[in-house]
Amino acid sequence: MGLFADKYPEVPLAEKERLWAEVKADSRFPAYLYGCYECGICVASCPSARFYDFSPRKIAQAAAREDLELIYEQMNDDVWNCSQCFSCNRCPRQNSPGGLITIIREVAVKNGLKSAKHALEGYGRVIYKIMGTGTQVSPDMLQPDAFPDWGPQVRDVSAELDLWRRALPPETLHTTSTGWQVDEKTIIELYLIWHHTNVMDMIAEVDEGLFMILNDVMEEKLEEAGYEI
Amino acid sequence: MTIPYVAVNTKSSRKFERQAEYAPDDFHAHLFELEHEGEWIVQRVPEPYVEVMTKYGRTKKIPMELTWHHKSCGQCGHIPGYSTAIFWINRKLGFKYIDPTDQTSCTAWNYYASATSNAAAQAGVGMRNFAAAYETGYFPLIHCGTSYGHYKEMREQLLHHEDIRHQVRDVMKKLGKPMVMPEEIVHYSEWIHAVRDRIAAQQTRDFSKIAVAIHPACHYYKLVQEDAIYDPDIYGGQRTATVSGTVMALGAEVRDYSTWFDCCGFGFRHILVQRDFTRSFATRRKIQVMMDEANPDVVISHDTGCVTTLDKSQFVGKAHGLNVGVPVMSDAQFAALAMGAHPYRVCQLHWHSTDYKPLLEKMGIDHEAAWAEFQEDLQKLKSGEKQYLSWEDVG
Repeated sequence: MGLFADKYPEVPLAEKERLWAEVKADSRFPAYLYGCYECGICVASCPSARFYDFSPRKIAQAAAREDLELIYEQMNDDVWNCSQCFSCNRCPRQNSPGGLITIIREVAVKNGLKSAKHALEGYGRVIYKIMGTGTQVSPDMLQPDAFPDWGPQVRDVSAELDLWRRALPPETLHTTSTGWQVDEKTIIELYLIWHHTNVMDMIAEVDEGLFMILNDVMEEKLEEAGYEI
Repeated sequence: MTIPYVAVNTKSSRKFERQAEYAPDDFHAHLFELEHEGEWIVQRVPEPYVEVMTKYGRTKKIPMELTWHHKSCGQCGHIPGYSTAIFWINRKLGFKYIDPTDQTSCTAWNYYASATSNAAAQAGVGMRNFAAAYETGYFPLIHCGTSYGHYKEMREQLLHHEDIRHQVRDVMKKLGKPMVMPEEIVHYSEWIHAVRDRIAAQQTRDFSKIAVAIHPACHYYKLVQEDAIYDPDIYGGQRTATVSGTVMALGAEVRDYSTWFDCCGFGFRHILVQRDFTRSFATRRKIQVMMDEANPDVVISHDTGCVTTLDKSQFVGKAHGLNVGVPVMSDAQFAALAMGAHPYRVCQLHWHSTDYKPLLEKMGIDHEAAWAEFQEDLQKLKSGEKQYLSWEDVG
């Protein structure tokens, strides 16, 4: 039993241990954790700590202590609050709580944890955009109902989108559904990278519907290009 | 607690000294060793280059031209005057460059947001882009701060983890691409910093009355921090010299504020699906503090996410009665304006949310006349007289 009450007693300890072992097995792990002075410098510089009940120090501490219950709780309840700004890298012990969180999130996704699925609800369209087109955000995402908090200017962009894109001097920026013009061959190469590095398996774990859509799109293009996956 | 303006702007008595004892080993020895062993090709920084000093004193080469522009998702998608200004400055300085279509995103925005990827995939994406640059003979210049930070992390991983390196090599072999690592990973703001005197030499607008608050981008100097540019003559070396050095070279006044180290609140996932966090942090910890302590005419940053976040978050802050309402743009747009760029045709400020018109007036720009000129351009596009606005059209 760790220092904190186990919030997930129904999850067997062996399962928590298995997930933690996956985190530790990541080759980046040793470079992200060296120990902790408990100085709190990471917390003082952390934007998420000012907004959420979140502490990068606790992340480093739990990992250093190998507190399985707390790590499991953090994997489900905390890691998605992190801003991934890496302000915590100013740690005098050279820890990277943000780096640990990157690995923990990856394990959460790879294992299809319910909390990861929940955290990524509403985000699937962005994953589709980046994996399918090679650019993360597109001009046509700027819709007033998607960004009402960005003010009336979004409405102007949306209304004039095609015209305003054509008024850009760089030839690569006349696109509306991608950030810039990406060659077909380049997209095929990107799809091959996703397939050969098990990223598609991760998508299947966290969002089956998205996986099916992406897989259909990719398979068709890859087959046309003479690749069989 | 509000920190008095005078206290914030009082010069620190601390003297910047490069702490070479904390410097990590220069990665170049290992980089070239792996090249010697046939693991990859190292793409050399093309001449002519400028040498700059990094945090702990390593010299970094910044290419002046023959650059392959690794564009940024958010810049191109939502604030396209950012990328346009970078290209425009290159053209004005007479530098050769490539704006490639054989380029994908680094995909790191998605990686830091959703973790739906892994180290090998991320390195595969980066190395594919580096190979594409190498095949053209031009050297990669990275527009996005996150791409820049992520690629430096990727380089660390590839240098030190044989398993990841070999996994990526197998993928590259399937793509028929060479394994190429650039001699330096260079951010566009480093390039602007390196050529800032040339930019200043072509300055046509007086910026001496412009007060600037600078937001240094987290992923520029917090990820692989030893690679960021520091200069004791710029800000006493207390923070990265990029952006500050450029703004100072253009004669504007850099004003300090107490939360300069804080992130903008972008959050990667948060900016897209949890903006209550982003808005609150951007307005309360950044913009409002800048306004209270420094009262700048403009906020300048050097990354996609920061410019987007600090610009777009102010609308709601205003509705809540916060002390916000300051334009936000990149160092590239600021430098281009100094060189006489058109605020709409080149800097595309109509894509920004905050009110930039008082700033343009202070810069001596007739924004009403400029907008009328831009409307004429749009009319030509609408009527079919022109299909696109070209570089020749924008001056």
